[in-house]
Amino acid sequence: MTSNAAQNFVMVGERTNVTGSARFRKLIEANDYATALEVARQQVESGANMLDVNMDEGMLDSEKAMETFLNLIAAEPDISRVPIMIDSSKWTVIETGLKCVQGKSVVNSISLKEGEEPFLDHARKVLRYGAAVVVMAFDEKGQAETADQKFAICKRAYELLTEKVGFPPEDIIFDPNIFAVATGIEEHNNYGRAFIDATRRIKEELPYVHISGGVSNLSFAFRGNEQVREAMHSVFLYHAIQAGMDMGIVNAGQLALYDDIEPELRELVEDVILNRRDDATDRLLEAAERYKAGASQRKEADLSWREKPVQERLTYSLVHGIANYIEEDTEEARQQAERPLHVIEGPLMDGMGVVGDLFGAGKMFLPQVVKSARVMKQAVAYLMPFMEKEKEEMGLAQGEPAGRVLLATVKGDVHDIGKNIVGVVLQCNNYEVIDLGVMVPSQKILDTARERKVDIIGLSGLITPSLDEMCHVAAEMEREGFDLPLLIGGATTSRVHTAVKISPNYRRSQAIYVTDASRAVGVVSGLISKEEREKRIAKVREEYAQMAASYARGQEEKTRAPLAQARGNALKLDWAGYTPPKPSFLGTRTLEAYDLAELARYIDWTPFFQAWELKGQYPRILNDDKYGEAARPLFEDAQAMLKQIIEEKWLTANAVVGFWPANSMGDDIELYADESRKKPFATLHTLRQQMARGAGRANIALADFIAPKDSGVADYIGGFAVTAGIGEEDVARRFERANDDYSKILSQALADRLAEAFAEALHEKVRRELWGYAPDEALSNDALIAEDYAGIRRAPGYPAQPDHTEKRTLFSVLDAEKEIGVKLTESYAMWPAAAVSGLYFSHPEARYFGVGKIGRDQIEDYAARRWSVEEAERWLAPILNYDPKRVTDAAA
Amino acid sequence: MTREERIEALKRAAKERILILDGAMGTAIQGYKLDEAAYRGERFKDHPRDLKGNNDLLVLSQPDIIREIHSKYLEAGADILETNTFNAQAISQADYGLEEISHEMNVAAAKLAREAADEWTAKTPDRPRFVAGAVGPTNRTASISPDVNNPGFRNVGFDELVEAYATQVRGLIEGGADTILIETVFDTLNAKAAGFAVEQVFDEMGVELPIMISGTITDLSGRNLSGQTPEASWYSMKHLKPFSIGLNCSFGAEQLRPSVDEMAHVADTYVSVYPNAGLPNEMGEYDESPEQMAVLLEDWAKNGLINIVGGCCGTTPEHIGAIAAAVADYKPRKVPEVEHALRLSGLEPFVHG
Repeated sequence: MTSNAAQNFVMVGERTNVTGSARFRKLIEANDYATALEVARQQVESGANMLDVNMDEGMLDSEKAMETFLNLIAAEPDISRVPIMIDSSKWTVIETGLKCVQGKSVVNSISLKEGEEPFLDHARKVLRYGAAVVVMAFDEKGQAETADQKFAICKRAYELLTEKVGFPPEDIIFDPNIFAVATGIEEHNNYGRAFIDATRRIKEELPYVHISGGVSNLSFAFRGNEQVREAMHSVFLYHAIQAGMDMGIVNAGQLALYDDIEPELRELVEDVILNRRDDATDRLLEAAERYKAGASQRKEADLSWREKPVQERLTYSLVHGIANYIEEDTEEARQQAERPLHVIEGPLMDGMGVVGDLFGAGKMFLPQVVKSARVMKQAVAYLMPFMEKEKEEMGLAQGEPAGRVLLATVKGDVHDIGKNIVGVVLQCNNYEVIDLGVMVPSQKILDTARERKVDIIGLSGLITPSLDEMCHVAAEMEREGFDLPLLIGGATTSRVHTAVKISPNYRRSQAIYVTDASRAVGVVSGLISKEEREKRIAKVREEYAQMAASYARGQEEKTRAPLAQARGNALKLDWAGYTPPKPSFLGTRTLEAYDLAELARYIDWTPFFQAWELKGQYPRILNDDKYGEAARPLFEDAQAMLKQIIEEKWLTANAVVGFWPANSMGDDIELYADESRKKPFATLHTLRQQMARGAGRANIALADFIAPKDSGVADYIGGFAVTAGIGEEDVARRFERANDDYSKILSQALADRLAEAFAEALHEKVRRELWGYAPDEALSNDALIAEDYAGIRRAPGYPAQPDHTEKRTLFSVLDAEKEIGVKLTESYAMWPAAAVSGLYFSHPEARYFGVGKIGRDQIEDYAARRWSVEEAERWLAPILNYDPKRVTDAAA
Repeated sequence: MTREERIEALKRAAKERILILDGAMGTAIQGYKLDEAAYRGERFKDHPRDLKGNNDLLVLSQPDIIREIHSKYLEAGADILETNTFNAQAISQADYGLEEISHEMNVAAAKLAREAADEWTAKTPDRPRFVAGAVGPTNRTASISPDVNNPGFRNVGFDELVEAYATQVRGLIEGGADTILIETVFDTLNAKAAGFAVEQVFDEMGVELPIMISGTITDLSGRNLSGQTPEASWYSMKHLKPFSIGLNCSFGAEQLRPSVDEMAHVADTYVSVYPNAGLPNEMGEYDESPEQMAVLLEDWAKNGLINIVGGCCGTTPEHIGAIAAAVADYKPRKVPEVEHALRLSGLEPFVHG
């Protein structure tokens, strides 16, 4: 087969057939369905487009075996993703199979062997069950042997099916019988040729049908001589496919390439298949002895791509993310090119174009693309000195990018993994990316944009206060007269927020929300060209206006209970009959340079894959149909780097944990320096749910989980801050200098995971030892991830306490900055970014909840406890159940 | 009008405009806050099992309520009513010990919808109203084992499903349905059994009604419960030559959009969609407003994605009214021509030209 012909050839896996495979038969007879499923899986993995399942064996209950096997396949998504070919010579077995498959399958087979009536009856049923059908060239007189007979039977069947049954012709697959050749019986010599000739005529005269056949029959005479058999199959298919055969029952993964067959053998085989000379069989038999011993060689590490021209090699390296040969190949391309720049603009960009197309078509995923980018950067870095030299010597200009994009994580925010990925993807597509990093003030963004004449600005942010900062940047752009498109992305951003809150600040051009990195290129390329830009912006503007209008309509304030009523319905725990556990110490304790290997055991990998836009649960994602291929190498790379991080101590993990006597006062929690509980040394503020509640459901605030002051019960609260990010920045910078964005992003994602793992590990230590209320707890990592334990930890800025500013109090009682080296930014993000903080509650009924939207009455109350109403509205903007602007306007 | 005339009128109407399907029945029934006694009515007052929650039984025990709900949807602008028979198969009714009256329930349900539709056809003769006999999936799955330790096990088989569906479909046709709507397909094998039953009953009764099919997506990966993509499930059911194929329930319109888009591009027949009123909120209620939903569906109409549209869980006559108004000015989706090709499927589609 040539690769071109192969593209339109359907391979039906043949190994799940008890008549064709002794191994499979034995497995089924032994009831070893688990191993039988592995046979099916291996076929699909080797590229079978469909699975032929046959249980026709005298000793078996074939109906039962068919049903059992098909039901089991249905439970294996990586097998059942392909269609099933239900193969039996018994109609009852076929019908049993048809009742088990939800997909559209193929029946193999029906024929005119027993006359027209049963044929029509079976065909009607196949149609009603919703399957396609294989029709054998077999009639009342027997199996067709010559090309004329084969064609005549197929034509008759075609007419009956399309005219009498209404069978769709595209669902008919003819099998014009492949028989053994070179058997020594003269009449058999033309069987190969007859099949090929019949195929050609059928395809010419019976529109839309397909041709299939069981190829291995052909070479029965050479059983035991795999090399000759493979060569026969391959040569036969080469000719049959040219004639129009488009499907075959083959051992997927075991076909020789026509061009790879040793020329002498190929000629001998061709003589046999095409029946070109009378002595063809004898000559092949004689030669066959010589090939018997030599097993096929082509299964070793395939470096055949190294033989190809340099352009193809470069593309191969880029697509597969292989760095080993990139300098060598780039050098070769450079010698062939007139100028070094032409290597970039020509072969390298062409290769990246292929990457871009595959990515766009969903055939490559982010981790693979980021690896491609790494290879690209290495090639460009190799060419750099040559280009510099050329510039010095001849003053030649060195190319213009497709466009210039400025990226920044806004002031107060430190998260940049997503932004880095966007940067890489844009660079892959020949955009120049100016990445200002994290915590970038708006003035710096605007100044840089002006100086460097950028075409587009992109802002990223992860925590909720960043939403406000983005509105600010937009308003500043308006004020300073910018007219560049503004892209918005990051975990807390959304299309609705962009449309409703950011967009109105910036009328001169448009703020545009970008869902994820894979969309970034499409959006940016649409905005670079001036003509296209206007259209795009107009479209977005219209869409956002509609969205804002519909949002406004939906904003008739949701019914909220008045604060007093919500407080009346607070969660009332029974404090009289309960003694809160006392922590093993009071005050704070610091854990420095915690064992990273220990933390690695607590990693929850699912969010790691999410960061790379691979969506699915770990570990299932490793075998996922769509993402598995990208997820597996990513996971291997992550494991390898994690090992280095641990062994070479790239990162330092520190934690500080504290416990204090505490009691609630209304919705506040007072922390005391000692058991006398006289005067609080700090106060934590909490927010209360105000949604309308039915009977039996409380309006909760975190304060409800702590014993009230007037109960006289001695209660305690815990707090913590952890980081695994000390050193993170240096590591990232080191990779950046090596042009290795892939490793940079990988290291950041791992630091994040280690910090989360640290929070999990520390919480377990708290429950078992430090607070010690669950000394015997023994939970698996899965159970920890599922939060199957008593007590909770909650972070300020998340649903149970959406106020990020509470971190200030927590950090001050923990003295976290001094103890573990984590700072708070002006938006209360933690720096380094790989950090987690929160409060511990020990009460067994403490649970996770979301505060939801709150009313103006609670804002006023909260402000009186903390700061001004305006401040409260600013920091709690995402959870206001009203529009503060409307309230102010109404008052004015 | 005879059934044949109604079917012709339906086909004509589908060419001219986007047709409106009614909204949620369950949500409307909830509004009546019926107690056990109300569900039982006079006839089932001594039935040995609890009947509260058996919404399909109300066509016998509280026909006036069902008639009223139908009328409200017709008044709001629905062209097609769904009979109140989502769970009226012997398999599902067995939970209540009422498997014996499946046929009777379906006849009664179809008659109620027929009366309501005819009444409104008389009021608005330029806009005749139609009855779709609703065939839900039953409460069992033919492709999935209920026992995680025994993946090859099934608690319902194809033949058993065919029998239960055939009884239902016979009743629906006898009661006066104009089309059969196989809906909320979570397992395509169940739907194939339903389709098998429908064609069997057509042969038996010598009639042929348009078949409508509507699947449901169970997670944001865009697959149904039994794991098929929309395109793959379309190939599994294409042989029924349905009048329409589409999606319902699942999530709100916003989340359903990519799947609808996929269906609209591969199906060479009409496309129907009737989403929920958004995603359930923290109280488990659907609270997308009629206006919000109408805005989303209008966008689909504008983009030529739909032929038939309505509402599922959480929608009300107000939603249907808003949707009908929003899509009224748009042309229905143009049915694409699809090339002859062998289109097979496992969980995923396989197309071979």
